[in-house]
Amino acid sequence: MELLKSVLPYLISGVSVGGQYALIAIGYTMVYGILRLINFAHGDVFMVAGLIMVYLAASMPLYVAIPLMIVLTVALGFAIERVAYKPLRNAPRMSVMISAIGVSYLIQNLALYITGGLNKNYPAIPWISDKVSIFGMETTRVTVITPFLTVILVVALVLLINHTKIGMAMRAVSRDFETAQLMGVKINNVISATFIIGTFLAAVGSMLYFTNYPGVVPTSGGMPGLKAFVAAVFGGIGSIPGAVIGAFIIGICESIIKGLDTILVVNGVIAEQVGFSTFSDAFTFALLIVVLVFKPTGLFGEKTTDKV
Amino acid sequence: MKKFFALILALAMVLSLVACGGKDDGAKVVKIGVFEPQSGDNGAGGKQEILGMQYANYETPTVEIGGETYKVELVYADNASSNDKAASAAQTLISSGVSLVLGSYGSGVSIAAGDTFATAGMPAIGVTCTNPQVTSECEVYFRICFLDPFQGTVLANYAKSELKATKAYCLAKQGDDYSGGLCNYFIEAFGKDNCVYEQFPEGTSDYSTYITNAQNQGCEVFFAPVSTEAAAQIIAKADTQNLGMPVLAGDTWDSNVILNAAKGTGVEIAVTTFYQEGADAEFDAAIKAWINSDATAKANNGGNDELAAVTVMGYDAYYVALEALKKAGSTDPADVLAVLPELTYTGVTGDISFNDIGDANRDTAFVKACNTETGKWDFVAQQGIK
Repeated sequence: MELLKSVLPYLISGVSVGGQYALIAIGYTMVYGILRLINFAHGDVFMVAGLIMVYLAASMPLYVAIPLMIVLTVALGFAIERVAYKPLRNAPRMSVMISAIGVSYLIQNLALYITGGLNKNYPAIPWISDKVSIFGMETTRVTVITPFLTVILVVALVLLINHTKIGMAMRAVSRDFETAQLMGVKINNVISATFIIGTFLAAVGSMLYFTNYPGVVPTSGGMPGLKAFVAAVFGGIGSIPGAVIGAFIIGICESIIKGLDTILVVNGVIAEQVGFSTFSDAFTFALLIVVLVFKPTGLFGEKTTDKV
Repeated sequence: MKKFFALILALAMVLSLVACGGKDDGAKVVKIGVFEPQSGDNGAGGKQEILGMQYANYETPTVEIGGETYKVELVYADNASSNDKAASAAQTLISSGVSLVLGSYGSGVSIAAGDTFATAGMPAIGVTCTNPQVTSECEVYFRICFLDPFQGTVLANYAKSELKATKAYCLAKQGDDYSGGLCNYFIEAFGKDNCVYEQFPEGTSDYSTYITNAQNQGCEVFFAPVSTEAAAQIIAKADTQNLGMPVLAGDTWDSNVILNAAKGTGVEIAVTTFYQEGADAEFDAAIKAWINSDATAKANNGGNDELAAVTVMGYDAYYVALEALKKAGSTDPADVLAVLPELTYTGVTGDISFNDIGDANRDTAFVKACNTETGKWDFVAQQGIK
């Protein structure tokens, strides 16, 4: 019981962080599934969503600012695809990837120029940033609702992919790009839809994330973006349930490792601090390497069969 | 055709950079380098420190060197709060022909740039970098503020005698010379067995686990001398998780960022710093009027006219630089370097003189607490170590 009580706060915060990683990871995994492109700018779009919210909330009420922020972020995601990726559709895959890295740095530096590099305080969104107490632990409501909201959005997304026309088109394109085109699937529309869904989820994710950690700087997208990417690869890039489960595993492990010293000391296993918390990030990336060594396609990755 | 177009585009970009040359208007100019972070973790603090220099420059734009009047020009280089960008920012200043350098806010960047300055024989005056290594490992570095061993001891004494704490939680950023150094001196003075010491990696945004760690281990004071950016997050989390112990930090936290983050919360915060607003009312009023008259200055100060100690230190640093130039009677860095050890100056923050390592002879620090209702600092005590 004592053990459970000392572990619980870390578990709850880990599940919450995992949910936010998951919403970003879906964007990576969907784009990869269809274009075989790692969209490095995705983490930065997430950061821009945060900045847009900061500026909008300063000049209009939140019930206008939130939908407008989502619309603007989605528009940005759509525009990036049209401007930086679409003209390179028939270029070697490496060129598109370099273009993605270019977009990432462009966005970061523009944000640096606009904000002057200073920390912007994210507006407090009423209700979800209220304090609540669960199992005797004080936290904000957003921590509690994040995992549920993530699961609801993912279920909706999976339904969309399995039961609608655009979903069928997405599956067809991800299976075989050229053949789908020959069969009359409008490739560009499908790809745009993918980017729109991905950025929509990143925008929602940014709202949850920055409500929990209320500071936006131009590099804010870097670490969450990288971790979400790791989660997507970990779960098997291209697989949506894989990305979500990978994100939750990474979020929980990270949080537990940060608190491992305290858990062990409080429960009398060790008498002195060992310094595990220092290794929380190193652990995340070590885990990635181990999984990839033993299961190169990730936990839920598709089996690759060579076509002749 | 496409290839040709791409080539033209690339050329146009390169040439537009080359075209950005300077012009000369004939007046005698002496350049002072400002080596400060304007972005990154310490961007907010760096900008506030620059404000003090800009105000001093606005107040006294010229200096008498060897019987001639020189116009003083501040040359800025952004070290981006990052140790690996520090050397190139320092090199930029050296190449632009400055006579001496002021800065930086943040000890790590100053240590990293020390070699570059030493190689060029460029005198540098640290304004608020408090880590001992800044001057001890560099011949050309001087500084006008107190040091971390002193500051850490003051804070530990304060925690023990005023806050009556018996167990402390110390949090530093991994690889950060300032927070790591200050935590070590604090732990040394507080007693190693009564401290829990943890470090968070670069790019951390989830500080809730560290708050939980402090609570679960039964600590009575939370010592976190980290960057203001991390501080804002820690304060937010301390509030939502009902931390239940005072938060203690060093000079970095004497910033509007902290006041804004703490306003309206239930977190108890105390910091040590270089200057207490109100110590020189006339100066306070004049610099506030200047900040309010300039929109950019106000934005750089965090949107209000609360005076940070680093701004006042920046102001004093500028006058120390002018004093050095006057005494040297030349704009040559080597002459300036030669007169610095003997230099004395009485600034707004007190008497400034250097010991044989190049550190300022200072033995008092101000302790102030954050008033979470008004969003301002309350003076607590002036403390030395006995």
